[in-house]
Amino acid sequence: MIDQTMTDRTMTDRTTTDQAMTDRTSHLELEQHDKTFLDSNELIINMGPQHPATHGVLRVILKLDGEKVLGTECVIGYLHRGVEKIAEHRTYSMFNPYVDRMDYVAAVSNGLGYCEAVEKLLNVEAPPRARYIRVILTELNRLASHMLWLGTHALDIGAITPLFYTFRDREEILKIFEKYCGARLTTHAFRIGGCLYETYDGFEREVKKFLDFVTPKIDEYEELLTTNRIWVERTKGVGKISAKECVALGVTGPVLRASGVKWDLRKAQPYAAYADFDFEIPTGQSGDTYDRYLVRMQEMRQSLRIIDQAVGKIPEGPIMAKVPKVIKPAVGEIYHSIEAPKGELGYFIVSDGSTQPYRVRVRPPSFVNLQALDMMVRGALVADVIAVIGTLDIVLGEVDR
Amino acid sequence: MSEETKSPTPPPTGEPKAAAGEAAPGTFQSPSEKAGVPPKSSAPPAAHAPAAPAKPSAPVPTPWDSPMVTRLKGHYGSGIEANSYLGQNFMVVDSSLIPELLQVLRDQEQFDYLVDVTALHYPQREKQFDLVWILYSFKRNERMRIKTMIADGASAPSVVAIWPAANWLEREVYDMFGIRFDGHPDLKRILLPDGWKGHPLRKDYGIIQQDQEWVQINLGIESGQ
Repeated sequence: MIDQTMTDRTMTDRTTTDQAMTDRTSHLELEQHDKTFLDSNELIINMGPQHPATHGVLRVILKLDGEKVLGTECVIGYLHRGVEKIAEHRTYSMFNPYVDRMDYVAAVSNGLGYCEAVEKLLNVEAPPRARYIRVILTELNRLASHMLWLGTHALDIGAITPLFYTFRDREEILKIFEKYCGARLTTHAFRIGGCLYETYDGFEREVKKFLDFVTPKIDEYEELLTTNRIWVERTKGVGKISAKECVALGVTGPVLRASGVKWDLRKAQPYAAYADFDFEIPTGQSGDTYDRYLVRMQEMRQSLRIIDQAVGKIPEGPIMAKVPKVIKPAVGEIYHSIEAPKGELGYFIVSDGSTQPYRVRVRPPSFVNLQALDMMVRGALVADVIAVIGTLDIVLGEVDR
Repeated sequence: MSEETKSPTPPPTGEPKAAAGEAAPGTFQSPSEKAGVPPKSSAPPAAHAPAAPAKPSAPVPTPWDSPMVTRLKGHYGSGIEANSYLGQNFMVVDSSLIPELLQVLRDQEQFDYLVDVTALHYPQREKQFDLVWILYSFKRNERMRIKTMIADGASAPSVVAIWPAANWLEREVYDMFGIRFDGHPDLKRILLPDGWKGHPLRKDYGIIQQDQEWVQINLGIESGQ
């Protein structure tokens, strides 16, 4: 157990290379330094930035009283690559692959949001066939993202098996991506105005085969976890957040839905071809980690439903709208958002009439959702922080951009 | 999209392009040159639109009328200008109305979800920054943007008290643009390190520019790159 003297010593003992960390002095640390050793049982510890359960490079400064969390502070930005700055120095099409590098486990969703935003700004619409292909790939990506979430989240909590199962099955989705566009993760699957690639021979058959393959697999994951006593004890009542708090904090996606708000942009403001499909919005009631787990499991099944409907009726026709070779939107601005696996992913694009955007602002769901961490873990145990980081389903590439 | 169908705005009237500027003064800025980009033709691109026959005429902002806008205009008078562009509603308001107007929008007009806070930099302008709040109402399924202009060095009121979600978003605006928010509980950098100098999303900040001193001291890289 780390005692007070040890933490204080490590704090002053830092070398210059550690300066980067000390620079980001948190108010928590300052408070701690002001106190004498004797009057406090509080302990400040760092979780991350190199920590397997922070899903990347997230540093959480924990203020603890024994095992109890009194407060947290997130230190982010380790993966900041200046995506929004880069956008101002690229043409609209050149920036397209960059968005895949934000939420790299749901690259297809990122691409869809960006392409649709630029299309809106250009006042063009992708042809129906392209929109169906987009829906199929985006929903496959949602599945892949949720599978990765489930595997790592369960691993964080101590269940190792689901990780192997979900990665095994996610591989099949990546194979479809690879066959479709040549890339597995950062796919760059769509272009402004539609899709570049026609579906390959046997695409529909393969996707259908995948659906048949994966449906029992989701049952398998649920068998492992849903009634597993350890899983239930570790997740029920942990990291509760109410609907009101979600709305106030701008939290979206499965976290909002698990708190009982039936809101999904695919239904509220349908984009791509989502208006054509019949699907439900799963919701939870208690807004705890267990409900968020159930909501995401249901979402996976709903994604399968959407893919099943879409594959059955992909319309014939062109896959690319008439878009000028040099994309030069009129002076103006647009905000377009989609329901990414993690929540509302928005693009605010301002055009000055040139070939390069004047400003691209990405509204990242992970960044906004991560803000709720402090509220969700106050009063909980250290081990619950791990569970809550997992259940928020953040990707640091998107938080830091 | 329901966003469009819900918008009570009449379709663009197809007025000559020259009227666009009058319809929304100060709404969109003329193109400004970016660092490293060859200078563009001096004529504003909107003027090109009628000349190119293949292209449909560029959309123009149209006035946005709704009971809410009438109500707000009745209360705040000329400080509010409401327009709609490509079916998306936005208001350009006087900076003195912030945050009162935002409070009213949340409390009385049900815009309970603050989607995003961001900014834009126009170095040529006297008031260099546009601040943008993107709002959404769950009850009305409606989105809108509030824009205001502030000068370099001026601070904006924080809306953390209205929407706690603004906390990190305002910190990011501060980090990237250097705009300070009055009343923010903990205004400091969020994505860049605390000791960093400069605000990267300002237009005068080059794309490969870095705080060389910081890099040398903290990362031990001699060249600072």
